[in-house]
Amino acid sequence: MLKLDQVSQAYGSREVVKNLSFNLLPGQIGCLLGPSGCGKTTVLRCIAGFEPVAAGLIAIGNETVSSPARLTPPEKRRIGMVFQDYALFPHLSVTGNIAFGLGALGKQEKQERVDELLALTGLLDTANKYPHQLSGGQQQRVALARALAPRPRLLLMDEPFSNLDVELRERLTQEVRDILRREGMTALIVTHDQNEAFALADVVGVMHEGAIQQWDTPYNLYHQPANRFVADFVGQGAFLPGLVLNNEMVEIELGVLHGVIPTDCDATGCGQCVLDCCVDVLLRPDDIVHDDDSLLQAEIENKAFRGADFLYTLKLPSGARVLSLVPSHHDHAIGEHIGIKLAADHVVAFRRAGANAP
Amino acid sequence: MPAKPSVLSARTPAPPAGVFAFARIGGWGGLALAIALLTVIPVAVIFSAWLTPEADILGHLAEFVLPELLSNTFWLLLGVGLGVTILGVSLAWLTAMCEFPGRKFFSWALLLPLAMPAYVLAFVMIGLLDYTGPLQTWLREAFGPMKLPQIRSRGGVILVMALALYPYVYLIARNAFLSQGRAALEAAQSLGLNRWQGFRRVALPMARPWIAAGLMLALMETLADFGTVAIFNYDTFTTAIYKAWFSLFSLSAASQLSSILILLVLVLALAEQRTRSHMKYSGVGRAASHRRIRLARGQALGATLYASLVFGIAFLVPLIQLLLWAKGAAATDLDSRYWEFLRNSLGLSALGAAIVCALALLLAYAGRQRPGPLMQLVQRIATIGYAFPGTVLAVGIFIPVAWLDNVIIDLLKTQGWQGTEVLKGTLLVMLLAYAVRFLAVGFGPVDSGLQRVTRNIDEAARVMGTGTLSLLSRVHLPMLKASLFTAAALAFVDIMKEMPITLMTRPFGWDTLAVRVFEMTAEGEWERAALPSVAIILAGLVPIIFLAGRGDNTHA
Repeated sequence: MLKLDQVSQAYGSREVVKNLSFNLLPGQIGCLLGPSGCGKTTVLRCIAGFEPVAAGLIAIGNETVSSPARLTPPEKRRIGMVFQDYALFPHLSVTGNIAFGLGALGKQEKQERVDELLALTGLLDTANKYPHQLSGGQQQRVALARALAPRPRLLLMDEPFSNLDVELRERLTQEVRDILRREGMTALIVTHDQNEAFALADVVGVMHEGAIQQWDTPYNLYHQPANRFVADFVGQGAFLPGLVLNNEMVEIELGVLHGVIPTDCDATGCGQCVLDCCVDVLLRPDDIVHDDDSLLQAEIENKAFRGADFLYTLKLPSGARVLSLVPSHHDHAIGEHIGIKLAADHVVAFRRAGANAP
Repeated sequence: MPAKPSVLSARTPAPPAGVFAFARIGGWGGLALAIALLTVIPVAVIFSAWLTPEADILGHLAEFVLPELLSNTFWLLLGVGLGVTILGVSLAWLTAMCEFPGRKFFSWALLLPLAMPAYVLAFVMIGLLDYTGPLQTWLREAFGPMKLPQIRSRGGVILVMALALYPYVYLIARNAFLSQGRAALEAAQSLGLNRWQGFRRVALPMARPWIAAGLMLALMETLADFGTVAIFNYDTFTTAIYKAWFSLFSLSAASQLSSILILLVLVLALAEQRTRSHMKYSGVGRAASHRRIRLARGQALGATLYASLVFGIAFLVPLIQLLLWAKGAAATDLDSRYWEFLRNSLGLSALGAAIVCALALLLAYAGRQRPGPLMQLVQRIATIGYAFPGTVLAVGIFIPVAWLDNVIIDLLKTQGWQGTEVLKGTLLVMLLAYAVRFLAVGFGPVDSGLQRVTRNIDEAARVMGTGTLSLLSRVHLPMLKASLFTAAALAFVDIMKEMPITLMTRPFGWDTLAVRVFEMTAEGEWERAALPSVAIILAGLVPIIFLAGRGDNTHA
């Protein structure tokens, strides 16, 4: 439905998007996730047609809409867009806003479509209100309804929840996902918030410095990060130095980990990570569990109460630090030593920064 | 489909600032520059008068006129400056922060003097307080002969102008106090300051940039004033420029005097723009959450008395006197000529307001299409005209138009045309001068209205299939309607009150209400000047109602 092929975009000499490629299938919800300034919003604006592309091509359906030689204007692309600040028309009521893009339809059909969307987004009570009379969450829904009304081929959303408070954000994320599913909408969402990305998207692209680092399902991003940046940016965790024993075993301070050692364990692709290679092994907080009987002891350096569990920062005898998620009835004081053990079922390892392949 | 550059090009990276940017600035930039030239040319023309000095007139000016003008202007600025600051700040503080009987009423009523032009207040005061006026006559009859201070004096002019202009300081300072809220003041009190110390050490310093901006505006109006000083026979630059042109028939002397005046004005305008850049630290606490200081009984009564006194002297009593006079004169003066003045005034104001709105809209759009520091500078130059006195603009625009007229006449003569004027006899000079002087009045609301139409709103409309033209008609115009209306109303009223430009550049037969006021007061016919004044005041009340409404919203 949406295809980006080797898309690049630059402001002057500064390249903000580099050789970006990905595909969205019809009905799929995709997400570009990355820190601010990584170029994700630029990608969205290129797809919408507000920015030209310097190289590569963008196709919606089977139609090429952007290439260095061609730029279909935004109004001809049949896409919908939800803006970060919603950009509602302040002089129009909720109904007027939703009907804005329904120019070609007859009066009767227009009203039907508007009513349908008002019902879908739970805005029936506010049909005649004006944007300034609405709460943030309601404005967000109007923006979504307005974008969906003309039945666009593709919906783009730019940081759609960033202006809402946390609680509302979580609820609306679910709602929006349901609405998009019901409309069978193909959508691309840009966000810096991984919770949002994970909750909404079928497939997520982690962006950094204008390039997609990994295009994958949320599950794989967390458990099989393609490189150090993705490992750092997605989820919490710590790196421990490890020694590759063979292509199924890595030894770290906490013991030996079994699993397939990826030969391309480094983003630069050394391809040589074999015997005796020094690597950094990623340990997620759920990879280390509390076990009173364990001989392996670590000092609690910091703790954060999170309701159902504690997130402990532990200092190992070597001085290295790891995170551990522990059920909240195990309340230990900072400075205490507790027993821990490894519970990782696979290995995520990257070549040590600065280490040379043998 | 080929790339479509028109609207999209606005999103491409801004051109680098600097001299070379002019080459890339394109149609919108050229338009903005053209509008800015309207203010630049008159100033350039005025200063160029020094290139062809007329020695005898210059000598006469330097010896007999300039010293008096400078000293008169100095004392006037000092007196009015002190007066408006004291009146404006004290009233603003009382109505914004304190509770006393009548506070709600006074908080908007104290703005009403804005509707009464200073020249109207001036002749009413003279009529009331002169030797032959009702007050002195009554005092003499009651208490026998006595010597009272003269109203026709330096003190009299200062009093009248301070009473007419204090609302500038009052309005801005009040908004500053209101938006400060009480948070800062409460913080000061929690640190051990009493109320008075809190005012002096926290509220007043915080509001200082606003107060200064209001003061600068009031001083610019003082320098620009023509009608008041003419009525008082208190010679300042504006009256001297008028006399140089219409008594000495020396446009060059008028220009040279104008150039000195404009230097003074530019100093004030620069000072004002500088203080504006300090008007940032407002958002301490929410205005909505503030509770007013309860004054003790005696203090509260004092406050009410003080506010009533100012309101009475600056507005109520003069208005009543005007209405009485107007009633007396109505029988004889309310004839077809009066309706002609009214028609001319309304027509000119409407035409001028339309031009101002059109230029303001173009200038604001230019800024939106080509944003950048260079465009900001151009916009600033284009809107600096509010600081230029009308007399100066009249001279500075008449001269180049007259020159252009001669060029056209010479050209037409070669075609066998006989005549002495083409442009001079038209409304052109007057309308151009209005446009320069009141562009800022229109630009403010239009520009801030356009700011609310964010880029995302444009893009939202475009994504939904809206082309450029329908974007204008379906989004921009509806969103700008209120701003354009405000701009038109403000410009309309300002032009209606305007005296010197109209007086000096009107074509034959285009007498307006303000011109009528000037002519009648020149002959001391207060009663007959009252009738047109009432119409001017009525029109002037319209924007005050806007302002008062807006002020109320901030503390509702």
